[in-house]
Amino acid sequence: MQSLSEIDTTSKRASKAAGFSWGIAEEIGKAIRSLELFGLPGIKNLNLYLNKIEKKHPKKVNKIDKENKNKELCPIYCGVAFLDQCKKLEILKNIKFYNVNYPILILPFISKASEILGKKILIKFNNSSLLMNFNKSILSQNLEKQVIDLVEEISIEFLENNNSFSEQEWKKLYKLSEKTFVDETDSLKAKGAGAGLTDND
Amino acid sequence: MKLSRLGSFHQSKLSFLRSFIREFKDWDYKRNLFDLNEKGYGTAVYSFSKNHRNYSLICFAQHINPNERSDRVIATKWDAAFVLHDGIPTKKDIKRLKENVPKQEVGRVSCKELTLSRANKSVRAFDHVVTSLSSGKQPDKKLLNKVGYLYRTTAVYGSGKFGLADRFRIKDRKEIYGPFRLEMMLVYLVRQFTFDQVNHIAKSKNPGKAIELDPNIARNLGIGNSTGLGMAPFIVNHPTLLHNWIYCREKALKEIRSLEEVDTNELNFFKDCLVRSKASINSWLTDSKYQNDKINSLKNGLIKFDKFLKNECSVKQKYLWNKIYMWTEKNLEDEGIEYIVSMMMEPYDDIIDPLVNKMSSEEEKYFTIPAHKKVSNLKKVLENNYKSIIEIDFNAKDNNSNFWFISKNKEEPRVACRYEEHGAKLEQPLAIARDIKKLYEKIIKEKQTDTIAEFLLKNDEVRHVVRRAFIVDQFPYSEIQDNTIGASLVPIDMLRLKLSFFGAVKFDPRSDKWLRINMYQGAPLSHEMKTSNDTWVYNVIN
Repeated sequence: MQSLSEIDTTSKRASKAAGFSWGIAEEIGKAIRSLELFGLPGIKNLNLYLNKIEKKHPKKVNKIDKENKNKELCPIYCGVAFLDQCKKLEILKNIKFYNVNYPILILPFISKASEILGKKILIKFNNSSLLMNFNKSILSQNLEKQVIDLVEEISIEFLENNNSFSEQEWKKLYKLSEKTFVDETDSLKAKGAGAGLTDND
Repeated sequence: MKLSRLGSFHQSKLSFLRSFIREFKDWDYKRNLFDLNEKGYGTAVYSFSKNHRNYSLICFAQHINPNERSDRVIATKWDAAFVLHDGIPTKKDIKRLKENVPKQEVGRVSCKELTLSRANKSVRAFDHVVTSLSSGKQPDKKLLNKVGYLYRTTAVYGSGKFGLADRFRIKDRKEIYGPFRLEMMLVYLVRQFTFDQVNHIAKSKNPGKAIELDPNIARNLGIGNSTGLGMAPFIVNHPTLLHNWIYCREKALKEIRSLEEVDTNELNFFKDCLVRSKASINSWLTDSKYQNDKINSLKNGLIKFDKFLKNECSVKQKYLWNKIYMWTEKNLEDEGIEYIVSMMMEPYDDIIDPLVNKMSSEEEKYFTIPAHKKVSNLKKVLENNYKSIIEIDFNAKDNNSNFWFISKNKEEPRVACRYEEHGAKLEQPLAIARDIKKLYEKIIKEKQTDTIAEFLLKNDEVRHVVRRAFIVDQFPYSEIQDNTIGASLVPIDMLRLKLSFFGAVKFDPRSDKWLRINMYQGAPLSHEMKTSNDTWVYNVIN
């Protein structure tokens, strides 16, 4: 088994060899490391993508808007630009990228943005949805294919920090937790910390 | 943070060899397996254990032909290969490792393994010891003092290399908070193996007459190491780690200089270490003119210092250490200043010990570029932290002479002249000074109110140094303030900086690109660890 350190170093070097700058290649190394750590096929997708761009390096991204269209978008350049601008992009609430190559490769950058912003981010493409959980985990639903070479639309939604449960569910659980408390009798109250004092001294 | 100064550092109380012994002295040491044939080839296992934690060194010794024995990293066979295993290895583990560890870089290990190494005999020392012991005599101390070890390692790998455990798996273990602790453990146990092997071979050769190596002689033998350029990029590629090492050293020095009162015991302790350490300087042998000049500068400096100490220093003086430091800065050269600084730390366990655990770094934490900041902010960062760097003219041939690359043969870093050798197109991002200057030239032409994110959209070729500049702004000792591609670069200065923090002694440059050193010379033997004291490094050489 390859260590994460080997995955990081080799992905970085391969990306540099494929025409990315050293700074971007460093980002790719960390990104692939984090995909593999989360159990997602980073090496597989990177290999295929670097092979695809071998003859023609992808266009860089000039700006990230609410809607981002091009003939084909590079998941790396989009991901890095998204990460760099995430504090600004947050106010857009929802961002769309169209025609993105190998969309799995954009995930670690958005996952990192989730950590920086302290917000969960929901990504949807095809029928899959992936929840970026503060860069601690990526929760995926219906991500059936290990490799998707092109996706028509990626939707990215910044989620507000809301509870995933109702007020009633919380109250029910809290009530049960109260059973670990002891009822204070008059005698206990009289002997407790601060007993006999007033707060006016 | 100039290389000439950093390349004059010496071992100190902060060094990792010494902090390893302090940390592990109350662990239980055991030789679990010693299955060598009469020639000393076979398998051995040594372990340290405490509570439920075990670390085991597995050693594989084999026969190699004299023409296969090479210190160079291109070698493919070694007298012995070693791996540090997490826990007690099963028979299945040993079988798996036996198939892989002797192959080193072309073998594979698993996340159950922590560090990996190999070593060759110093044939003249090893054979002499075997011959002497097997004929019932102790070996010639003069010869052994000249060499200083029985084996020389040529690489010690850790942190995920060749399938070894990634650091994140083990970093929360308190006993390994200090940097390179498991590498230090491996080398320490290898040293014990070399003594056991030499005794075993001598005994097998002449069972009736052979004697064991005198512990007093063994104690003065360390483990040699040949180090090439592989180590140099490490200190460039790990800026926050470098910062923490230097910061702890500077913090220790500052606290010691701030002591108003120095008591007689403390001063005597310092004097005692200084006197004892001179034996080590006198047995520091090298053919390198570069190093001999430095050793002579150290020796001359210490003669002057002794006079100063005797005539002008007394515990009655306030801030005595500060006075001593100020005097060394004014009167000694780099070697001497750094030597005295190391010595000044000796009496102060209470200052040094808390710093040792702060010498590691969570480097990932500082990887993300604060891209929301403004270009004007980055400009200020560069002007504040790279003042001398941005004045270098990289159009001048001498300032842009070298390039760093990774050799295809061994995947090891190398340096070469860009005007004489091919390969500069595949240059590694280690020309930090040049790239910082390039970044600065771009930044001053940019709209200062733009964000870094906007700047990077158009300038991703300098992204690696933008990241670096923001790290340096938080960690002032994280950058070598020198040109690592200039014609006057002495790469071994970079190696010595790292090796001095390891605690290596007897730096012996074999060229400007590689050197030999000694580790653990004078250290307690494995069964003596529990009762050892921390100044073993100054034990008198017999």
